[in-house]
Amino acid sequence: MTRWIGAALLAFLLVLAPDGGTPLLAVTPDEQLADPAQEARARELGRELRCLVCQNQSIDDSDADLARDLRRIVRERIAAGDDDQAILAYLTDRYGEFVLLRPPVTAATWLLWFGPLALLLAAGATAFLWRRRSAMEQEPGLSAEEERRLDRMLAEAGPDAPLPGPGGRPSTG
Amino acid sequence: MAQASAMRTRARGGWRWLAFLPLVLMLVLGGVFWLNMGKNPAELPSALVGKPVPDFDLPPLPGRTDGLAAADLRDGQPKLVNVFASWCVPCRIEHPVLMDLQRQGISVVGINYKDEPAKALAFIDQLGDPYARIGADRDGRAAIDWGVYGVPETFVIDREGRIVLRFPGPLSPEIVRDRILPALAGGEE
Repeated sequence: MTRWIGAALLAFLLVLAPDGGTPLLAVTPDEQLADPAQEARARELGRELRCLVCQNQSIDDSDADLARDLRRIVRERIAAGDDDQAILAYLTDRYGEFVLLRPPVTAATWLLWFGPLALLLAAGATAFLWRRRSAMEQEPGLSAEEERRLDRMLAEAGPDAPLPGPGGRPSTG
Repeated sequence: MAQASAMRTRARGGWRWLAFLPLVLMLVLGGVFWLNMGKNPAELPSALVGKPVPDFDLPPLPGRTDGLAAADLRDGQPKLVNVFASWCVPCRIEHPVLMDLQRQGISVVGINYKDEPAKALAFIDQLGDPYARIGADRDGRAAIDWGVYGVPETFVIDREGRIVLRFPGPLSPEIVRDRILPALAGGEE
């Protein structure tokens, strides 16, 4: 049993090992740049870019033809000396901001960025006010008059008497 | 005592509107969904609408002399640019619609996307040739400059060579009537 777990763990680590390549990515060796620093930049950018065919994958994750073309363009621009901003601009000029998996914060996207936080704050505020309200709603304690009546009843019944039921009659329990 | 009870009532009254919040939220959401019904989520907003056609220059298919370049789209005539490929099944489906547009005298030009030239020629041989010109985009680079992410795609170009409309997916007579022809008419001004 432990041996199996060990083997599985080893296999897992091998898959993750840097020299084992990047088996989870669609990037094939022949399209990679020779310079590791440039290739790292290409990967960085590839993760930020949407494959427009599959829409919810990055171009690094997608096997689609267009994703491969876009990966090639990213590497061409890097090799040509473009900075990251210029490469992203090159693609947004053609495909719009939709090509960016992380949309920039603009008037059109602020709800996307801050909506969840606003919702969380609203829920927190509601919960807080709700608690405060139910605390306020708690029945006030007995009045002085009620306390006196209770003491009188207990004294009349004696210490061993059964507690009175709802109707004031001794309970039959 | 009376004071405390009044406070309770006030507090409860102040919160009563909250009971309608789920209803209001549901109506708003329902409205949003209703408005978006029938829209194709795959139809992305185009970055190119309103802009001049990208700069490109494509060679002809072998045996033809036309080819297609950006300059061909600025000849004072509004036109359709149709991105197609022989391997693309929806392109076959929309083909009769393109033939029909050509018969109506509308100028249609083609970008043949990532195709084998022989197969592209067989495609128009077999189904008819609606294209006034065809440029062969074998590696798909020109299509990327057009922001194309799948075939077929059709662009409406006005007489000054600006992109008026981009339509991804196969054309149907309804889409021609409701979107392509109005855009072409607008492009004539």
